[in-house]
Amino acid sequence: MVIIKLQYAPGRPAEGHARSAIVGVVASGNLEVLLERTLPETECSVEIATPVHGYDEVWQAVVADFVERASPGGLRISINDGGARPDTVALRLMQGVRMMEGAQ
Amino acid sequence: MTSRPNASPQRAWDTGRQSREQRLTAAGRYARGKLVAPDDATSLLEAVIRPGDRICLEGDNQKQADFLARCLAAVDPNTVRDLHIVQSGLVLAEHLDLFEAGIARRLDFSYSGPQGAALARALNAGKIELGAIHTYLELFSRYFVDLTPHVALTVARCADRDGNLYMGPNTEDSPVVIEATAFKQGIVIAQVNELVDKVPRVDVPGDRVDFVVVAPETFYVEPLFTRDPAQITETQILTGMLAIRGIYEEYGVRRLNHGIGFNTAAIELLLPTYAERLGLKGRIATHFALNPHPTLIPAIETGWVQQVHSFGSEVGMDAYMRARPDIFFTGRDGSMASNRMYCQAAGLYATDLFIGSTLQIDLQGNSSTVTRDRIAGFGGAPNMGSDPHGRRHASEAWLKAGREAAGEQQQLPRGRKLVVQIVETFGDKLVPTFVEQLDSVQLAETLHLDLPPVMIYGDDVTHIVTEEGIANLLLCRTAYEREQAIRGVAGYTPVGRARDHRVVEDLRARKVIRRPEDLGIDPLDTHRSLLAAHSVKELMHWSGNLYDPPSKFRNW
Repeated sequence: MVIIKLQYAPGRPAEGHARSAIVGVVASGNLEVLLERTLPETECSVEIATPVHGYDEVWQAVVADFVERASPGGLRISINDGGARPDTVALRLMQGVRMMEGAQ
Repeated sequence: MTSRPNASPQRAWDTGRQSREQRLTAAGRYARGKLVAPDDATSLLEAVIRPGDRICLEGDNQKQADFLARCLAAVDPNTVRDLHIVQSGLVLAEHLDLFEAGIARRLDFSYSGPQGAALARALNAGKIELGAIHTYLELFSRYFVDLTPHVALTVARCADRDGNLYMGPNTEDSPVVIEATAFKQGIVIAQVNELVDKVPRVDVPGDRVDFVVVAPETFYVEPLFTRDPAQITETQILTGMLAIRGIYEEYGVRRLNHGIGFNTAAIELLLPTYAERLGLKGRIATHFALNPHPTLIPAIETGWVQQVHSFGSEVGMDAYMRARPDIFFTGRDGSMASNRMYCQAAGLYATDLFIGSTLQIDLQGNSSTVTRDRIAGFGGAPNMGSDPHGRRHASEAWLKAGREAAGEQQQLPRGRKLVVQIVETFGDKLVPTFVEQLDSVQLAETLHLDLPPVMIYGDDVTHIVTEEGIANLLLCRTAYEREQAIRGVAGYTPVGRARDHRVVEDLRARKVIRRPEDLGIDPLDTHRSLLAAHSVKELMHWSGNLYDPPSKFRNW
């Protein structure tokens, strides 16, 4: 299992007031994302646990784009990827911030 | 009197007919009328086939003359040898055994599906002289020009003693194969499941059929078009929503063909839900050139789909289609009737959109399903996924695409077929869909093929849909823009990550690239609950239990 830890300083705090949200399920080709509003509004941390080696660069690109698009200030995000593909990860992250807005 | 200086008065004009008479005479001892016992079928083939003959051993996309294939593989290779196989589907192991044994030497075909890997090995080993990998219409057309079969081995559900054949929903290639063979003095042999006094419907008239064999077992049909909704991923749902919103709605696409992948199955299951919510009923996806996909059932039952013409059939759909004659083409007997050549022509000329998946797309938008060790051939995609320059009727969707392609340059109004590739940026095992060079280019060099097998040429592709968005290639004005538009939806593949970010953002501003958020798609909607059915069992329920799924799709 590879653990990747990434830190960002988003421009804006994440929308909404939900304290935490969880999306996805760990299964073949799927993944679980936990989002918690526990950090100062100018910070965002992402921790990824993945069984797949050699994709650190892809992970950094996926998460950097997500931070750029969603500006998730204040969120501590933990990803248990279950070997998911980058497209699934990107979709789950976007679903996660929508959940934090209190959409569902 | 007319002078005929170069005419040969000695020439015989009926050598084909004479050859046919000799073959029929040689076969006579094995036949009672047109009937041949299964045990005599191999001897019959040895009697009527001559070395070097062109043979069509159907060999369709779905149905297989499997008994006759086994008989042909069992002939004496000293008597029957060096055959030239001219059939669309090279699907059974026996089809390749013919080449292994030296019974057949040359091959012209379209589709190999499950035998793709074995075919690549046989080509590498020099066992097969390959003519070409054809599109369906192309191969069928050549039956009337330079690839006319000497002997056709066909398959039907039942026959009468006069040789009239009933094929049920799986008529497929047979009419074109048999017409070409019979009218050029060839021999037509049919394997059937049963002999009857009167066939329910005459799909092939008996005077085109020379011999009938009742096979010991019913013929095999491959369930190629059943996609289990339980296997559809949320990424595929997202691509389906993008296609509905950004293409079907945008162009008002009513007449279309779908590929057989999970992305298009997702679209079929999103029509009664997502597209219904968008208020698009009756405005998109009403008329299909399409096999009877079980995943289309909810859209039919909710009144979305008005008409479907099919290339072939699908296992388990017989009773459902029989009960929906307003939707499907059916004979006087009530059962559905298919025809691959007609439906391919319909898909080429009478639809405004083709949408399908593929395994590889290069930087010009060329696509291929060939990988280094598999030659899968082509399905229906190349004919339907091409812009027919012989089209002269207008539709709103076709004209809009034509206007976008022409830009400021338009002199005469002309239309364009919408040709859409819908893919996920990564395939199985994180293999990138987008590549710098198609594997088929390397394969063509290794095997000394004249042409790298390309399923759809980039200049025919109008849109590429991935989970990252839609690239509208009609609006690209330079080769560089086109390449960047493709990179701009290629996600985190190496091709996608090598994009020029500034150019891609500019393309997005011009709506050449559209992201899910540009089309108002909420990521929370991309959920399996949005599908009209979540399992094969639910499809069966939607059909009022008329759909009878094959056992391998029954897990309840």
